[in-house]
Amino acid sequence: MYRYDEYDQQIVDERVKQYRDQVQRRLSGELTEEEFLPLRLQNGLYMQIHAYMLRIAVPYGLISSKQMRMFAHIARKYDRGYGHFTTRQNIQFNWLKLEDTPDILADLASVEMHAIQTSGNCVRNITSDEFAGVAQDEVVDPRPYAEILRQWSTFHPEFAYLPRKFKIAISGGKEDRAAVYAHDIGLSVTKNAQGEIGFRVLVGGGLGRTPIIGSEICEFVPWQHILTYVESILRIYNQYGRRDNKYKARIKILVKALGIDEFKRQVEADWADLKDGPGTLTSEEVNRVATFFTDPAYEKLTDHDSQLNEFKADSRSFSNWMLRNVKAHRVPGYAIVVLSLKKPGSVPGDATAEQMEVIADLADRYSLGELRITHKQNLVLADVRQKDLIRLWQEATAQELTAPNIGLLTDIISCPGAEFCTLANARSIPLAQLIAERFEDWDFQHDIGEISLNISGCVNACGQHHIGNIGITGVEKKDHDEWYQVSLGGAEGNLSSIGKIIGPSFTFNQVPEVIDRLLQVYLRERLEAESFIDTVRRIGHAPFKEHVYTTDFAVAEEETADKHVVAPARYSVPYFSPRF
Amino acid sequence: MIIKNKTIVADDWTVLRLNEQESAENVTVAEGKVIVPLQVWLQQRDALQQRAEIGVWLASAERPEDLKGDIHKFSVIAVDFPKFSDGRGYSIAYNLRARLGYAGELRAIGDVLRDQLFYMQRVGFDAFATRPDRNIEDALKGLTDFSEVYQTSFDQKLPLFRRVQRKGNPVVDMANE
Ligand code: HEM
Ligand code: SF4
Repeated sequence: MYRYDEYDQQIVDERVKQYRDQVQRRLSGELTEEEFLPLRLQNGLYMQIHAYMLRIAVPYGLISSKQMRMFAHIARKYDRGYGHFTTRQNIQFNWLKLEDTPDILADLASVEMHAIQTSGNCVRNITSDEFAGVAQDEVVDPRPYAEILRQWSTFHPEFAYLPRKFKIAISGGKEDRAAVYAHDIGLSVTKNAQGEIGFRVLVGGGLGRTPIIGSEICEFVPWQHILTYVESILRIYNQYGRRDNKYKARIKILVKALGIDEFKRQVEADWADLKDGPGTLTSEEVNRVATFFTDPAYEKLTDHDSQLNEFKADSRSFSNWMLRNVKAHRVPGYAIVVLSLKKPGSVPGDATAEQMEVIADLADRYSLGELRITHKQNLVLADVRQKDLIRLWQEATAQELTAPNIGLLTDIISCPGAEFCTLANARSIPLAQLIAERFEDWDFQHDIGEISLNISGCVNACGQHHIGNIGITGVEKKDHDEWYQVSLGGAEGNLSSIGKIIGPSFTFNQVPEVIDRLLQVYLRERLEAESFIDTVRRIGHAPFKEHVYTTDFAVAEEETADKHVVAPARYSVPYFSPRF
Repeated sequence: MIIKNKTIVADDWTVLRLNEQESAENVTVAEGKVIVPLQVWLQQRDALQQRAEIGVWLASAERPEDLKGDIHKFSVIAVDFPKFSDGRGYSIAYNLRARLGYAGELRAIGDVLRDQLFYMQRVGFDAFATRPDRNIEDALKGLTDFSEVYQTSFDQKLPLFRRVQRKGNPVVDMANE
């Protein structure tokens, strides 16, 4: 994993100093809140309903056990004992005091971490494939390029006040695991027929109010030119992206307005001036960064441990876990293990300080001291010896980290929703919990197989509902009750698509029943070994719609004394949400 | 007072901003050192270029290429930041310097505050008319927030990786020796 040299460390340390001074000026009243806002946002600090939230960058999702322990420390010392892993491979702490945030950043800097550009209208944390370096289908390891792009984008002077936020994702496998189609820039690092490395560049993808799948702007940008090419895209966007309406300010709107051909023409006209200039990457630099991502000293092992098979035969839970949470590793005798943060009933993506410490210990003992955060809000131990799987499973089970549900119905992505977020129309987390509890039965889930269910509390799509096979969105209606729209047919990966809304919206309690009905249609219609999304693609929406809407819903809505007061799921702090 | 070349200096330029009744064609440009809006320059170019000293300013939606043949005529070019969150001025500055070859004073005007100055100087600004309600000495500190940068811009033609010898992974380097 990448380690800071003195330059990286100095830049991060100077940032802490600069930020400490900004906070000081805010506290003394020298800076107004309006002026402080873009400054704190460039540092990942949001004001939420209850307190300040700090989003810390985990560059391309890679983190050491030492860094994970620092999260545990922060959770205990400054927060309420837990943190929340996000779909953009970051972590968020929800209950902070402004005065504490400079110290938190100093603590982070001591383990080579920061919160730089984790929000605000700038280039955000770069995300990547959670299985980078160990996946069997990998063409080129994206991590060195992700790190090079991280450095390039850090404090880029020209692109700190873009029209809107800017997200870059990079993948290097045959299968896209970084949702490159749903990003402002999506990069797939690949090889051409001559075996040279380069990037397929997509631009103008994004979710939010206007979900759009990215378009290809260039089929192959040789690796030397990737920084200058990205620079030109950003320069065109910075100058011509809309600034009059924040809902139309993302690059996707500009690309749509100009058309991809005209946008490409403008980008390449700008780029002509930079190409082969000093910003061009050198092989020395790529090789230097790549030394941090070379293979560890893998032992010579073989697959198929007989003990494993025996244990699998004995334990249904273990074999379910092997089936869903353990993935093939490129090196014989090793495995990739996904620790689930989605145990039914829990908050998707949340981990307590204690869990973080145990996870860090597991990483030290079983996976060379490193972890990854996935874009589905789970954690990965990437280099586990197969012969350690049983012990690892036992220890992780004690911490409720082995729900055998990766890629299944209860591996739900959920945004924070109305309990935390001022923009929400509806709660997300309690709905995720309700759904997970209803479909908890493992045999049922394994029978349904691969499926994705994503929930957002409003149209902003932090829960990426558009690319869920089933997507759920909180919508606003006149009566200010919670209503949810259900969409069908979204997908990420090589066959990315945006889901379509199936019809009128539902109440909180109706949603699990709606999902049940969708699943019934699938069970009725599926061909052998056909996944949910494949069935949807084959038979279309009509049979699903019909089955959902023909019969009434029997579920009664419970009448609470005051429906405007919602107690956050697990934190017992009642509050009044402005949006209810 | 403005910040110029990293020091606080007196300033004798006036920035002309048109009010609603005035038009670029008809407005009378006062004698002396005036920084006129781009539109005034374009409309009254023949008269204005007779002056010994003239400046021009660009709004964030205007294009620096409109000054293409005239760049050498100005003692100062200013770029207006209507609010600090409007980042177009950074690309305007970069283009003026790097693409149009402007070498004179490049001044940031408008909503210019301490925490933007570091970035502004990197893209080519060398003068800053910081907001009058703020302490200018304090703003000066913004120019030195960071002592090292990763990427190229106008101020720094080489990226860090071409300027210094950076360390690779010590473990791997040892194994290779
Ligand atoms: C509670 C604090 C949060 C607020 C106020 C917030 C706000 C927003 C807004 C306004 C957008 C729409 C941006 C646009 O369309 O231009 C957005 C998009 C998004 N947010 Fe959040 N968010 C929050 C938390 C989160 C969390 C916890 C996650 C991850 C689990 C997240 C991940 C995302 C993603 C993936 C998108 C979609 C990106 C896209 O449009 O391409 N956000 N957020
Ligand atoms: S999707 Fe809406 S409700 Fe959920 S976190 Fe984002 S802005 Fe808030």
